[in-house]
Amino acid sequence: MPDDFTLSDAGTGAFLFDVAAGRAFDEARQGRLLALADSLTGLHGVEDVVPGMNNLMVVFDPLVVEAGDIERRLLDGWRRATPAEGDGRPHDIAVVYGGPDLADFAAGLGLSVDEVVERHSTAVYKVAAIGAMPGFPYLSGLDPRLATPRRAVPRQGVPKGAVIVGGGQAGIMPITAPSGWHILGRTDFSLFDPHRAAPATLRPGDTVRFVVAGVER
Amino acid sequence: MIEILSSGALNSVQDRGRRGLLSSGVSRSGAMDVVALDAANALAGNEAGVAAIEVAAFPFRLRLEVATTVAVTGALAEARLSGRRLPPWWATEAQAGDELTIAPPTAGARVYVAIGGGIDVPLLLGARATELKSGYGGHEGRGLRRGDRLPLGARRPGRLPDGGIGAPPPPGRDRTDEPLRVLPAAEWQDFSEEARRLFAGTSWRVTAEADRQGCRLDGPELTRQRRRELLSHGIVPGTVQVPPAGRPIVQLAEANTCGGYPKIATVIEADLWRLGQAMPGDALRFAAVGRDEALAALRETAGWLDRLRGAAALYRVS
Repeated sequence: MPDDFTLSDAGTGAFLFDVAAGRAFDEARQGRLLALADSLTGLHGVEDVVPGMNNLMVVFDPLVVEAGDIERRLLDGWRRATPAEGDGRPHDIAVVYGGPDLADFAAGLGLSVDEVVERHSTAVYKVAAIGAMPGFPYLSGLDPRLATPRRAVPRQGVPKGAVIVGGGQAGIMPITAPSGWHILGRTDFSLFDPHRAAPATLRPGDTVRFVVAGVER
Repeated sequence: MIEILSSGALNSVQDRGRRGLLSSGVSRSGAMDVVALDAANALAGNEAGVAAIEVAAFPFRLRLEVATTVAVTGALAEARLSGRRLPPWWATEAQAGDELTIAPPTAGARVYVAIGGGIDVPLLLGARATELKSGYGGHEGRGLRRGDRLPLGARRPGRLPDGGIGAPPPPGRDRTDEPLRVLPAAEWQDFSEEARRLFAGTSWRVTAEADRQGCRLDGPELTRQRRRELLSHGIVPGTVQVPPAGRPIVQLAEANTCGGYPKIATVIEADLWRLGQAMPGDALRFAAVGRDEALAALRETAGWLDRLRGAAALYRVS
């Protein structure tokens, strides 16, 4: 089967390599992408390798390295990439469930609050990518029963530590910022510290479990 | 040290920004007009990449506590050093106690003030740039206020000749009515031919929603003929997104590192400074170019800066 991907320019000094091709997020393709990302990190002239959801952005200095070289390495690397198994670190994150959306969110799905908490806290999530905000994890593995469209109007200030879901994804707010995702609870888990050399606590490939520390109604 | 005498929250310590951390969700930040920053540092005899002050709120006033070199570049604005008027893109020697005053620009949005040795705030994640959106870096993670005192780094020996030195016009500064050059981006083909023609043919208006994160434009609606859901993906400064309402947003220095809106094009690196100098109400046009032209433009700017650094070093006498 031929590989299904697109490669596009993101300016003079970056490529966006997309293996989703309009399809839903796929865990196996993401595993291969993360292996590809590792193989490109640190190459001469490569400044940043940014995994997204079933895509990868490679930022390079076009005055130092030829775009064609980067393109070749990307395509060769993708053909060879196999998912790296089991090198992610596990994280248990304590959550106090509650907040402004939980009851409505459950009612909208025809579930009780306890069922939502149960489904959200029994899943094992994988960090697919880090981005948008400093240290924000895009978590895959959400129970499909909890998949809900984002809010029609985003909230202006979703607080730091909010445990959120949007579409088929889960996440945690690293800073207080606007978001259209639904708030299911809150955590004290620190996702970002600019004083560390590696400022994001979670890394793509890590696994996350949410542990119930309480339910507020 | 320097002391800030008059400022607004939009004025901040900036350098070339943070590199290689988009994958941690850390925006590049840094100067919105990197060419003007680099030129100010070159004129001031500084190493490339040290921190300067990005001035976007006027009038701006500071006092030097030591004798050193001062350079002012960027937007065209009246700059005075203790009453003495500085020509545009100029550097001069200043005495301890001198006051630098910058009036609102007559053209452009951001002025850069470089001081001998650079602004020596702590390095954070490899840079001294202020990230205003997230509140870290620079001076206490915030814009500059009256009464702030900023430390200076060690300056290079030597001084400029009396009267100072200026920079020749940087590439493209005299041609701001020309279109911003863009490379087509991932969803270029998803837009109808009509939308692509409108994108390039429209004189877009810069709205009031223009800041260090991005620049929202007003004009006709750009429609996609192929609508598909995009998964979140990395974006770079210069990315031109088209949200469902159909009006473009150009993502800039403090943009979120990932997004999900369709991307019609990316403003080439050599023209990004123009968005840093755009004011609400300004008109902007776009023109698609090829990678070769984008690279040639980048080389032209790099060559201009190299020559400026060389010339500034020659003028510096010990």
